[in-house]
Amino acid sequence: MPSPTFVACLECDLLHRHTPLPHGGEARCTRCGARLYRCAPPDANERALAFALTACVLFVIANVYPIVGLEVQGMHNSATLIGAVESLWDDGARMVAALVFVTTILVPAVELIGLTWVLVALRQGARGRGAVPILHFIESVKPWGMVEVFLLGVLVSLVKLAHIATVEPGVALFSFGALMAFIAAAASAFDPDAAWTQLDATP
Amino acid sequence: MNAAPTAARSGLLACEVCRLVSRAPPQGSDAHCPRCGAKLHARKPASLARTWAFLIAAMILYIPANVLPIMDTSSLFGSQRDTILSGVMFLWSSGSFVLAMLIFFASIMVPLAKMIALAILAGSVQMHSARHRRARTRLYRAIEFVGRWSMLDIYVVTILVALVQVSTFASIHAGPGAAAFGAVVVLTMFAATSFDPRLIWDTQGEAS
Repeated sequence: MPSPTFVACLECDLLHRHTPLPHGGEARCTRCGARLYRCAPPDANERALAFALTACVLFVIANVYPIVGLEVQGMHNSATLIGAVESLWDDGARMVAALVFVTTILVPAVELIGLTWVLVALRQGARGRGAVPILHFIESVKPWGMVEVFLLGVLVSLVKLAHIATVEPGVALFSFGALMAFIAAAASAFDPDAAWTQLDATP
Repeated sequence: MNAAPTAARSGLLACEVCRLVSRAPPQGSDAHCPRCGAKLHARKPASLARTWAFLIAAMILYIPANVLPIMDTSSLFGSQRDTILSGVMFLWSSGSFVLAMLIFFASIMVPLAKMIALAILAGSVQMHSARHRRARTRLYRAIEFVGRWSMLDIYVVTILVALVQVSTFASIHAGPGAAAFGAVVVLTMFAATSFDPRLIWDTQGEAS
C-alpha cells in the first residue's frame, strides 16, 4: 500500500529505493538521469506562498496597465494584453486570439490562484478542501502557461517597431518581467512531496 | 540490464501526478492512485498512436503555416504580405541579424526539429530499438523544454496588430498562416505529451 519506500522514474520506469537526502539535495535516476525527487527545506512552501502572492499582485498590474505605447506623427496608441487579444479577435483571427488568451492570461491566472489556494489551505492544516483536484488541475495546465515566451515576443516587437515609430515600454512590460521571475520562483520553491504527504494525512 | 527492476515488472504503478508508487490492481480493473486519486497507467494509453496522430496533423499544417502569410501590412505605400520566412529575410536584409536568427530558430527550426525528433522517437520505439536509449531520453526532455518557444511569432503578431491597427500610417492584420502556425505549436505539444519516454526502455536487448 502507499509507502514512500520506492520511487519510480517517470521517464524510464526504473525503481529506486527512497533514501533521505540532505537539505537542498536532489536524487536523479541512475539509468536515464531524470530528476526523481529533491529534499526541499522545511519552509519551502512558506516561501512558495510568498512568491505566489507577489506574483498575484504583479499579474494584476501586468494586465491592467499598457504593455507598450506607440507614437507616430503625434498619434498615440497603446495596448494592454487583453486589448491586444481583443483587437486580434475583432480582426478575425479568433483561433490565434484564443490561443494567446489561454497561454498568457487564463493559464497563468489559474495556476497562480490555484497554487495560492493550495498553499494557504496547507498552511491552515485544512482537510483537503478541494486542494487535491486543484493540484491535479495545476499540474495538467502548467505547460500551457507561456509568460516568458510572451515577454520575449513583446521585446522582439518593440525592436521591430522601433524602426518605424517611437515606442515607449509601459508599466505592464516591467510587471511582466517581474511576474515571470516570481512565477518561476514560486514553482521552484514549491515542494509537491510535502504537499501530497500532508494532504494524504488529512483524509 | 535486461532484468532492470522497473515499476511495471514489479507489478507496481507510479502515479504521474503525485509520484506515489502503489501495487497494481488485478488485470482489467481501473487503477486510481490511493493518495491523490489520479488515474494510474503503467504506460500512457495509446501513446504511439496518439503521438503519430498529432504529429502527422502538425506536419500537414506546417505547410500552410509556412506558405500562407502570417501578417498583412498595408500602408500609404502599398501593402505587403509576409510569411514567416519572408519576415525573417526582411529582418536580415535590414540589418537586424540577431532578431532574424532568433525568429528563424524559434519559428522555423524548432518546430521542424521537434517534429523530426518525435518521429525518430516514435519510430525507434516501434522498431524496438535498444540503441542510444539515454540519448533518446535526453532528446525527449529537450523537445519538451524547447517546444513552447515556437509561440514567439504568434505573440509578435499579436502586439503588432494591436499597436498598428488604427494608426493613420499603416495597418497590420493577422494572416491565415498565423492560425496554421499556432495549430502546429499546439499539435506538437500534444504529440510530445502523448509520447511516453518509458517505452524507450521497455524493449529487451543489450544496453547501450
